[in-house]
Amino acid sequence: MTKIALGTILLACCPLFLLAQFTISGIVSNAKKHPLSGVNISIKDSYDGATTKADGSFTFTTSVSGDVILTAGLMGYQTLEMQINTNAAQQLNIVLKNAVNALRVVTISAGSFEASDDKKGTVLKPLDIATTAGAGADIVNAIKTLPGAQQTNDREGLFVRGGTGYETQTLIDGMLVRNPFFSSLPDVPGRGRFSPFLFKGTTFSSGGYSAQYGQGLSSALILESTDLPQRSSSSVGLSVIGASGGLEQLSKNKKSSYGIEADYTNLAPYFKVLKPKQTVSLGPEIIGTSANFRIKTSSTGMLKFYGYANWSKMGFDNNSIEYPGYTESFKLYNNNVYTNLTYKESLGNNWHLYIGASFSANNDDIRADTISKNLIPTTIKVHSELSQGRLMFYKNIGRFSVIRMGTEYQNAVERSAFNTYNANYTDNYNAGFLEGDIYFTPFLVGRIGGRTEHSSIIDKWNVAPRVSLAYKLNNFSQFSVAYGDYYQKPEPQYIRYDRGLDYMKATHYIVSYQRVASDYTFRTELFYKKYTDLVKTVPSYNNNGSGYAQGIELFWRDRKTIRNADYWISYSFLDTKRDYLNYPFRVQPDFAAKHTASLVYKHFVEKIKTNLGVTYSFASGRPYYNPNLPVDKFMSEKTMTYNALSLSGSYLTSIRKAFTILVVSVSNAMGNKQVFGYHYSTDGLRRSEIVPNVGRFIYLGMFMNFGIDRRQDVINNL
Amino acid sequence: MKHTFLVLFLMGSLAVSAQSSRYTEAMAKQTADLDSSSTFNPENLQQKSNTFERIAEAEKTQWLPYYYAAYMQIMQAFTSKDKSQIDPLTEKATINLDKAEALISKNSEIACLRSLIASAKLTVDPMNRGPVYGPEAAAQLVTAKTLNPENPRVYMLEGQALLFTPEQWGGSKTKAKTTLELALTKFAAFKPESDISPKWGEAYTRGLLQNASK
Repeated sequence: MTKIALGTILLACCPLFLLAQFTISGIVSNAKKHPLSGVNISIKDSYDGATTKADGSFTFTTSVSGDVILTAGLMGYQTLEMQINTNAAQQLNIVLKNAVNALRVVTISAGSFEASDDKKGTVLKPLDIATTAGAGADIVNAIKTLPGAQQTNDREGLFVRGGTGYETQTLIDGMLVRNPFFSSLPDVPGRGRFSPFLFKGTTFSSGGYSAQYGQGLSSALILESTDLPQRSSSSVGLSVIGASGGLEQLSKNKKSSYGIEADYTNLAPYFKVLKPKQTVSLGPEIIGTSANFRIKTSSTGMLKFYGYANWSKMGFDNNSIEYPGYTESFKLYNNNVYTNLTYKESLGNNWHLYIGASFSANNDDIRADTISKNLIPTTIKVHSELSQGRLMFYKNIGRFSVIRMGTEYQNAVERSAFNTYNANYTDNYNAGFLEGDIYFTPFLVGRIGGRTEHSSIIDKWNVAPRVSLAYKLNNFSQFSVAYGDYYQKPEPQYIRYDRGLDYMKATHYIVSYQRVASDYTFRTELFYKKYTDLVKTVPSYNNNGSGYAQGIELFWRDRKTIRNADYWISYSFLDTKRDYLNYPFRVQPDFAAKHTASLVYKHFVEKIKTNLGVTYSFASGRPYYNPNLPVDKFMSEKTMTYNALSLSGSYLTSIRKAFTILVVSVSNAMGNKQVFGYHYSTDGLRRSEIVPNVGRFIYLGMFMNFGIDRRQDVINNL
Repeated sequence: MKHTFLVLFLMGSLAVSAQSSRYTEAMAKQTADLDSSSTFNPENLQQKSNTFERIAEAEKTQWLPYYYAAYMQIMQAFTSKDKSQIDPLTEKATINLDKAEALISKNSEIACLRSLIASAKLTVDPMNRGPVYGPEAAAQLVTAKTLNPENPRVYMLEGQALLFTPEQWGGSKTKAKTTLELALTKFAAFKPESDISPKWGEAYTRGLLQNASK
């Protein structure tokens, strides 16, 4: 009985298993009617389907009868679903649309150069900064090879598009760094205080930057610190000028880490061998320490701390031009501390929170004397403290748009003493900003926003609107424009003596075009910048200064043409004039050169595992002040052109279990004479050249990184 | 009444077995030639990854088709002449592996493929990506070995890494040879869980060993 019943039912079911076969065929193309191969055609929830051939055609049979969903999918295209009826004879014509993913979307690019690992299409990687010959692993020195930055190597700071070093602000995780450079002596620029390896992203904005940041008339250097390290490690460095050591510990659950680092630099032995131009009387000696921790507070939350403290001292003796036969002595003691604590968390519903707090302090103690002339020695003490807080909310709207709003507070204490004369002040600064990156289409974005600021010492509010637009022409090219107002407080040395000063102002106009492919990058930018309310020191302190800067910049980077080589070329043409400080009228200022160019070339020699680097920088002569000329010839004379060729080689190897890099570098390898300007005696009869302290600097160093399992060093070359 | 229930029950199990035999047959057909070098041309790999994806999406509860789809996509990444294809292909493979891992957690074979993904991503920009993806590739192999010390593909990949890494960076032909020989003994002893479970790599290991013995 059971058998019969089963048999009957099986028989009845048979048609279900012996279905008719239907043939489905067609052709797939893209919007431009080019056939697409490799497209996965399938009938949803069945195995049936096919892959399109080179001519875009496909054909397959299916046993599913009736209405079905047919899907067509290919990487880089939007998957298409369509309803078809398998019973009807099918010759399908399928057109796939390009997928709109983050890679293809336009981004705001006017005025900014980004170095980042996690974003695609960036111009530089963090490692590029560290491996640029002549930069000595200094972020700012590497950025000087990019268009817009000047080769102003006799004073510290980044001089951008006719702006002074003061007009560039440095920010770490959104928080201002008041003293990013080591304090230095006259004519000797100080290096940056932090290592490029601390940052996963660096954005150099040569103008038109976001309303999130303020108080920089020209430029912003925006640094983003690294997240949790990949593993625990320790490192040791040894060089001709000092030693360093560090430790980075990642917790077992990989949710938190801490790191400490210390370095000691002493140039005295080096200067005994290679005599500098000035006679060394103290140091130069630097002790640096830094500490950080990072805690992943939730799947989206991150708490980060970074802080450093430095102590430095240095002193030089010079032949006095004021008093021939006498020696001028200059000594500087500096200590500096910077701390930065930030917290990021997602609040849900696409809202995000960002909070930051920072405290920094800087102390300069300068002693100047004309030895045995019996003039009263000069003591200058400058102390500054900056406490700041930042709160920002941002919300993602749709797939790509975002709006940001935030507020900043800074309390700055500025104290200075010139011998027994004191001039101190405190400034309370408040700012608020609102900004939206609005995607009208995936190929057209507008960043529209504004910032308002109030400084208690100036006792005025300002409002700075900022707008940029970017339009993507195709997968590689885009076109951008930017406009913005930028305000900045006058430098402390002027506010200190005159509380009636107002904000200085700059207005930026930028047009830019870029083409970024995987192996090359081309960029060009045209800009015009208008300065108003610059500080003048004559007849008395006032805000009557003004000026302009305009120019064109080019950048080309190529990673393909020469095997194992990567090079970039940048060129900046700058036309700028300003009337500020004690200038009698508008002239090209002494820190600006008309033509600046750099070539950075890196070559990896596989056979000897060595990276070779060459950097050549050029700048046309800069104006200098000759007091012997009549007033109408002010700044009419120019220095010689600037040429510097730097070489570097780094050999990568492993010693025992440590990943080791041996570095040799020579800055100004050809020993080109470099003159940045002249100092004149008060009577104008004698002058001395402003030249680099050492003509050619040779550096030898070794860096070792321990604690890495050898297996983990492996690079698989499949 | 009783009988009707029995019949319905039998029918149900019959349908299930028909379903799974269709699955095994399709998978067996697709996995049969994975050790043949003729499989490894771009067109074939694309076709196979598409087929595996179709099976995966129709089944939804089987991890193997996702696994093989990812494997094919990784091989596409390695054989592609266009470096810009490596990231999208490996990202696609990662999505498939995530789906596989949702169905079977802590699997040595999946860890092996993740190691390969890291290696493929590294080749896009060795200078900048080396410090991230080099250790990632190695860490995945460590995981794979912990999950199943008898998996021959772990030793095959280890040997391959040793073979192709410059000596300054810890590579070594002699060590590669020992590891690859170990891989072959593991292959000999390896019993795949089923006819369609991962078993590829022996022929490739022999090729590597020849290279290492030169």
